Amino acid sequence: MLVEEIMKDKVITLPAEETIGTALKLLNEHHIRHIPIIDEKKHVIGIVSDRDVRDASPSIFEEDTDPEELKNPIKSIMTSPVTTVHPLDFVEEVASIFYEQEIACVPVTRNEELVGIITEKDMLYTLIQLTGTHVQSSQIEVKVINRPGILPQVTQVFGKRKVNISSVLIYPYKPDPKYKIIVVRIQTMNPLPTIEDLKSEGYEVLWPKMPGMLS
Amino acid sequence: MSCHSGFVYSNDFTNYRFRDDHPFNQMRVVMTKELLDASGFLEQQHMIKPRLATEDELALAHSKPYIQAVKKAGMGMLSEEEGMEYGIGTEDTPMFKGMHEASQLLVGSTLSAIDAVLEGKVQHALNLGGGLHHGFERKASGFCIYNDGAVGIKYIREKYDYKVLYVDTDAHHGDGVQWAFYDDPNVCTFSIHETGRYLFPGTGNVNERGLKEGYGYSFNLPIDAFTEDESFLHVYESAFREIVEFFKPDVIITQNGADAHFLDPLTHLCSTMKIYEQIPRIAHELSHQYCDGKWIALGGGGYDIWRVVPRAWSQIWKVMVDQTPFEGDLPEVWVNKWQKKAPVSLVTSWEDPPDACHPIPRRKEITEKNEKLLEKALQLIHNQKKYNSM
Repeated sequence: MLVEEIMKDKVITLPAEETIGTALKLLNEHHIRHIPIIDEKKHVIGIVSDRDVRDASPSIFEEDTDPEELKNPIKSIMTSPVTTVHPLDFVEEVASIFYEQEIACVPVTRNEELVGIITEKDMLYTLIQLTGTHVQSSQIEVKVINRPGILPQVTQVFGKRKVNISSVLIYPYKPDPKYKIIVVRIQTMNPLPTIEDLKSEGYEVLWPKMPGMLS
Repeated sequence: MSCHSGFVYSNDFTNYRFRDDHPFNQMRVVMTKELLDASGFLEQQHMIKPRLATEDELALAHSKPYIQAVKKAGMGMLSEEEGMEYGIGTEDTPMFKGMHEASQLLVGSTLSAIDAVLEGKVQHALNLGGGLHHGFERKASGFCIYNDGAVGIKYIREKYDYKVLYVDTDAHHGDGVQWAFYDDPNVCTFSIHETGRYLFPGTGNVNERGLKEGYGYSFNLPIDAFTEDESFLHVYESAFREIVEFFKPDVIITQNGADAHFLDPLTHLCSTMKIYEQIPRIAHELSHQYCDGKWIALGGGGYDIWRVVPRAWSQIWKVMVDQTPFEGDLPEVWVNKWQKKAPVSLVTSWEDPPDACHPIPRRKEITEKNEKLLEKALQLIHNQKKYNSM
């Protein structure tokens, strides 16, 4: 999946000369946590998060209704340079950036110009879509030997029945690296015939388990 | 106390039949009726003959193009491709001859049950032919073509303007009914089911609470796989009592899927017949306490039609008639008749044998998890109580 498919293209931005007070107002009004700072060519020159703004604001215990701190320019607290991504990047790469750089938002630029934004929330939503849990389905977990060509062999069993696969995930079988687990979500209320087919093809079905056989 | 109750039944319920080897089998309704006959608790005066739902009534909860598609499918005139768009012709809900009429009767039977109760002819009514809770506005799903519960509740809202509490104890989430009333504050839905992490339809998370005006009127208890009687009954009864007190309905509709039993082939809960003794008792008591007895009970899932469903469903009727469940041995005449047809050994008593279900290794953890879930499911009610008392 590409960044352009999940990015938001309506981005709330600020010029570097705007005040911290304006940023605070925008964050509250739009229920957002990041504001890219741009120049007149729409190039991203910095970014501020809600925490940067709060750190730069007076304590809520102060009684001053018009504090000086909020009149400072936003460029005094913005983070720069900014990690950006391209609309044609993979969503998975964004997930790695979030994880490695411990950030939760990246602006999306094309020819240096800001065209969108992706936040942690967009990533999580995409993850939900990738796992297939947003559509009606039953989950089957099959233990398979870790070797090339195993996936088409398994999915072929599903193809025999008229059941639609809504998602497939593959992850390592922890007790033994010689195996993997294929998790398939299929759009059926009655997975039993498919499970029977899998078993008769010699696959070990880890889930569903019959009650009382919990390992 | 003996309550005046009605039993909706027609031999034609068995016309709703996908295929011989399909798990949804309405012979279970016939077997239940015969079990009640043999037990001497069903009399002619109890019987309510169901009517057919009209197309306008079906359209209360279903789109007209979908109804037309079902009609065409039943006449063999719907292409495979067209059918897919409406969820018809899949492995779960294959097309069959006369499927519109067969489904129309199941909806009509629920409407007959509703009218009998709301016109005051009986206090409670049981329609085991209904409870098809996965049907959507324009899509068949999970063995359900028309959603009799959703049509019935819309019908009540329109004709009687009553507040409806819908309680669903099927092991699968009651998604079709929930989504049909997700933004409606006059219909409160409560479903207890096996968690959707693995099981169809996958929804029914505890934080599905409703939308817009309907926020706070959808309740879900997605209990863990392998949950046993005690934990099931505790979270279920606690939630039902709090929800009914909070919502104060005018009428209660229960969906009584009998697939949370450990013998059911499609689910992974570990309950025994004990929960099917208590489920109707709780509904009965609360319907009298809050709704002047107005209670309509529907069938639902249930895929061990030999050993589980007839016993479980008979208990609903017994409780409707005289408050107490059956106990002891099943009538011999019934056991002898059906044992000849059954591929498994029938259970011959109302209760399950004490050692029938294997002990569950993670019982403590599962119980604890379900308790936490209960707390989360009722959080809004608890918050409201807390702030109102401040």
